[in-house]
Amino acid sequence: MTALADRIHPAINAGELVVSGVSKSYGATQLRKEVVGDCSFTIERGKLTVMIGPSGCGKSTIIRLLAGFERPTAGTVALDGQPVTGPDRDRLVVFQETALFPWMTTYDNILYGPRARGEVTKQAVDLAEFLLAKVGLQDFRDKYPGQLSGGMQRRAELARAMVNNPKVMILDEPFRGLDAMTKELMWEYYARLFEEYHRTNFFVTTDIDEAVYLADRLLIMSNTPTQVRAVVEVDLPRPRRLSDLVESDRANEIKREALSILHAEAMRSFARGSKAAADFVDAYLKRANRS
Amino acid sequence: MATRLNKILTSSVFWRGVISIVLFLVLWELGARSKQWMAPEYFAPLKAFLGALGFKKDYLPWIGVVPAPSAVLAAWTDVLTSAGYWTSWYMSFFRVMGGFIAAMLIGIPFGLALAVSRTAYGTLFPTFEVLRPIPPLAWVPASIIFWPTQELSITFVTFLGAFYTIVINVLGGARSIDQRYFQAAQSMGSSSWDIFRRVILPGTLPSIVVGSAVGMGITWEVVVAAEMISGGGSQAAGGGGGLGFFIWNSYVGGSYEQIVVGMISIGIAGYLSSELLRALGKYVTPWLRVR
Repeated sequence: MTALADRIHPAINAGELVVSGVSKSYGATQLRKEVVGDCSFTIERGKLTVMIGPSGCGKSTIIRLLAGFERPTAGTVALDGQPVTGPDRDRLVVFQETALFPWMTTYDNILYGPRARGEVTKQAVDLAEFLLAKVGLQDFRDKYPGQLSGGMQRRAELARAMVNNPKVMILDEPFRGLDAMTKELMWEYYARLFEEYHRTNFFVTTDIDEAVYLADRLLIMSNTPTQVRAVVEVDLPRPRRLSDLVESDRANEIKREALSILHAEAMRSFARGSKAAADFVDAYLKRANRS
Repeated sequence: MATRLNKILTSSVFWRGVISIVLFLVLWELGARSKQWMAPEYFAPLKAFLGALGFKKDYLPWIGVVPAPSAVLAAWTDVLTSAGYWTSWYMSFFRVMGGFIAAMLIGIPFGLALAVSRTAYGTLFPTFEVLRPIPPLAWVPASIIFWPTQELSITFVTFLGAFYTIVINVLGGARSIDQRYFQAAQSMGSSSWDIFRRVILPGTLPSIVVGSAVGMGITWEVVVAAEMISGGGSQAAGGGGGLGFFIWNSYVGGSYEQIVVGMISIGIAGYLSSELLRALGKYVTPWLRVR
């Protein structure tokens, strides 16, 4: 194991994604609904950018635009200056819940990308082997996703993405649906992975604790049509510990700041009658009363 | 193996099954012999009661005219040594397998084509949907006219029995594959052919297995009826017309025990084919076996 770890140095090639003036509308002309409206932000090189916003605000649409599954109605998305025209291994998406192929073993799932591109070299196999160990699933290599626990599935999914050495990793609420305990373990686990390699990561969530614990930069989104309402630099030292979330004054300060922006945003839409916003205000008030 | 057998022999489910079958056979035997045991004078009230209800007085209604299991067994042992009986088996199996395999060979690619190609769907599906509600047996006279030999026309009708079910299942199965699997595959650099081979095909396999199992059941129903209607194909003496014709022939010849022998034979044949199919299905979808 150590021998392998010594030999393998994943070639980290961190990219920078620039979103400028992007809009996305759906529907026929008469009933057109703008989900993303003139939205601009940068996912900085080697940083972990977290996007947080009320549910139903269009975060998933932004992910589809970044990944290239859909094209923006207006504006551009560019990776290191090159406009994004379609899906590519440069910008890999880790999906909500899990998108591991149920009919493939853990090992085959991880090797999916290299095989798809016909790049099953010694190097790729070694890297897959290394990542399999890295996510602690050596003993589960021949198991199917249905035989893995929720946490294991997410780890396998992370390995499946990393084996492709993407320039940007895009994570769409990857830990949603896990129990609280497993979720916190996954935060720590994922933070260690990030701190080790410093890939460019873009992480979407609705959970403020998750956001503050993980982020270098926090993008706080408005309701539809989505725009960046505020950018908060999370200058907490790394490596981070879960206890920081409770003990660190700075962490709590950032959390309060972020929440007050989110709250203001929610109230604004609430006045306009958004159900999602009303739910969000409820959740916010509950959380505020607790802390 | 020995422990597994032990487990079965000590399980209450197994013995409940045995008791159920034995009880069924005993009641059947008793019912079938009701003419004999109802002869004594003290059954007169029962006979009067049956008469009042409009039944024959001498035996229990329905079951009293059915051959007893012991008589069926005797007829069966007689028939076991006759070549005609085994030819019937062979003929029916041959037709079922021929029609079924043809239905798989044509139905699976056809269903997949409908699922992946909008053009194929648009041009072929409407015709398919118009023809689908026609019961396979309604095709018997037409197919006798169309096809050069009786054999081919029966096989064609059995083919139809399985074909529609397989196509509908393949189409539905391929369509219900989660969108995220396609997006994940695309972003890892999969080509269309690669996605077809490693996502659509395995993703559809469970539906293919289900469609085949249902199709196989329909095939047996259809072959028996087709053999009865068409007179069993080769009218050569000795009964070379399949199990359906075997039953019909026994009926015409007044050998009621043989009718039941034929019925049970078809039951066994159908059971064997679906077991075979189930084993095959488990083999090709190992990921469904393991939860």
